[in-house]
Amino acid sequence: MKLLYFAWVREKTGTSSEDVSIPENIATVSELVDWLKTREGGYAEAFADQNVVRVAVNQEYVTLDHAVSDEDEVAFFPPVTGG
Amino acid sequence: MIRVQQQDFDLGAELSQMTEGNHAIGGLCSFVGLVRDIAGEDEISAMTLEHYPGMTEKALAEIEAEAQARWPLDATLVIHRYGRLEPGAQIVLVAAASAHRDAAFEACHFLIDWLKTKAPFWKLEDTADGGKWVDARDSDAAATARWSEQAASSDDDQDAAE
Repeated sequence: MKLLYFAWVREKTGTSSEDVSIPENIATVSELVDWLKTREGGYAEAFADQNVVRVAVNQEYVTLDHAVSDEDEVAFFPPVTGG
Repeated sequence: MIRVQQQDFDLGAELSQMTEGNHAIGGLCSFVGLVRDIAGEDEISAMTLEHYPGMTEKALAEIEAEAQARWPLDATLVIHRYGRLEPGAQIVLVAAASAHRDAAFEACHFLIDWLKTKAPFWKLEDTADGGKWVDARDSDAAATARWSEQAASSDDDQDAAE
């Protein structure tokens, strides 16, 4: 699975992109986030308040109950502020 | 047309190109967003725009397609810059051309409102206290929601007319 992080989520995790092999029991975005929070580094802090982190799977906005698989590109970022 | 780029754009040239050769266009409406030198109580020396390459283009194309589905438009243009920008710099251009002004005005307003809450861009402001990520504003979400309500109410009008 390819993981991408943007803006302050990127700063807190300390990485902009990484390829990970996720445990087999992870089926949703929510489970993926719970797993990421157990990793070393700033992940727990980045996902401390899940309400302020937006998620895209394969470049489409999704909610926490969305399914994920090892082939997906999953991105985490704050609410957008362009324009 | 959608463009995501680091370099500046020539507003006049971009707008001229949109209408060139199409004399069915009676109105062209554009909006340009600029970097301000003040945010709340902070003085801003520069701003850095980060985006999600790939998803940005996809999101902007969806927003443009939505505008074209809602109004009879002859041309639309969205240019959004990324990277480091100083106060006064152009950040974004949205423009819509149509036979009549109402469609052009409304589509232009819709494009910028939707872009602000859907396109994956993030602003980092350089202040005297260091870099600060700009927070999303509730008023922007409300501006986007207004168009959803409007679409629903114009559908109702359509039903009533039938």
